[in-house]
Amino acid sequence: MARIVFTANIQRHVACPEAEAAGRTVREVLENVFAEIPQARGYVLDDQAALRRHMAIFVDGQIIRDRARLTDAVSETSRIYVIQALSGG
Amino acid sequence: MSDTLLISSRKGLFTVSRKAGQWEITGTDFLGDNVSITLTDRRDGRHYAALDHGHFGVKLHRSTATGWEEIAAPTYPPKPDGYEEYDMWSRPLNWSTARIWALEAGGSDEPGVIWCGTLPGGLFRSTDHGQSWEMIRALWDHPKRKQWMGGGADLPGIHSICVDPRNSRRVWVAVSTGGIWFTEDAGASWAQRGEGMRAEHVPPELTRDPIAQDVHCLAQCPAAPYRMWVQHHNGIFVSSDEGKTFSEINGVEPSTFGFPVVVHPREPDTAWFVPEIKDEKRIPLDGKLIVTRTRDSGKSFDVLTKGLPQSHAYDVVYRHALALDEAGDRLAFGSTTGGLWVSEDQGDSWACVTHTLPPIYSVRFA
Repeated sequence: MARIVFTANIQRHVACPEAEAAGRTVREVLENVFAEIPQARGYVLDDQAALRRHMAIFVDGQIIRDRARLTDAVSETSRIYVIQALSGG
Repeated sequence: MSDTLLISSRKGLFTVSRKAGQWEITGTDFLGDNVSITLTDRRDGRHYAALDHGHFGVKLHRSTATGWEEIAAPTYPPKPDGYEEYDMWSRPLNWSTARIWALEAGGSDEPGVIWCGTLPGGLFRSTDHGQSWEMIRALWDHPKRKQWMGGGADLPGIHSICVDPRNSRRVWVAVSTGGIWFTEDAGASWAQRGEGMRAEHVPPELTRDPIAQDVHCLAQCPAAPYRMWVQHHNGIFVSSDEGKTFSEINGVEPSTFGFPVVVHPREPDTAWFVPEIKDEKRIPLDGKLIVTRTRDSGKSFDVLTKGLPQSHAYDVVYRHALALDEAGDRLAFGSTTGGLWVSEDQGDSWACVTHTLPPIYSVRFA
């Protein structure tokens, strides 16, 4: 299963510990995480379930390309980082 | 008479209380976070605070017996497959709450009803104290909604909500920019209001178009709901027929530009404004911070300065940052440079509570 790490800054709003989650795409992995921590969804995704404007996700060191549908591929050994883009100020 | 103020700022929510005749900061919440507006629901005493976490989006919190709890924030419906619309910058318009810009309680006969105005223009209603929200689709789906434009922000937004004290199903909202909209069936259908306003910033053929009006703030007199006041992008307008038609107030010194307006709860001819040099500069004239007050429906204005800085003051007062308490005597306002002033005599004199707060977005009596 992929390993997923959330930015430290989200932790004061919603506790999102480092976790392992199944899924072949970023969307599938996130949905499995949100099933356990529903409150985290609105902190990471916007009302259309796209990645929030000033958030970024890296999979194995590469920033994801499909911010709307989150279809970027994830492998069994992937490491996913959900972080803040500096563009948010 | 209220002894408590809630101050929403760029860096937190501050509670200011009157103690032994003095106003002082007595509480801080959400320190470091961007608080866009609050609501105190006088029907049950609950407080609501809207936060904008930037990266993490817009959130809503409600007071509890011991503090605050996060509750649902208004959420836009899914955009239909294959559908796209564009903002005035030709960018795809994201159907997602970008800011909570208005929070108002429903009528006294409908406990739990809260209205919420947002950027990019969605109006929401809760019937369960903010536990869940329903978008008012009739307004969002109104074909003219797409003519709304950015005004106070890049995106259009609903900043003023007036619930008719005689009939809670009748509601007015004001949009920057998009004019005034009215429902008399609790949001099931909407009509444009606001004939008579005049916009200087649009081509001549649109000057008098009600949808082209950049209403900065709309206020309704609770005891005389026929009377509505508008602080507009290029003037002050007053209505005596529930916002159907407005008359322009001319010749007001030093300026008719500003953001907020409040109207006395029982005297419809009495209203207060905080004028600035219009439009591109947006600072007090000659560095003198003043409040203006009319008691005769705009025929004349008092310029109120006692206790306000009259030299090198560059305070801007946003549209939600001037408040009047329910009794009609106490006023308070906060500025972009962190100044907070209170008056207990309808503005005749002012006391500075502090001038070191973060930029202030909203001031409301609790």
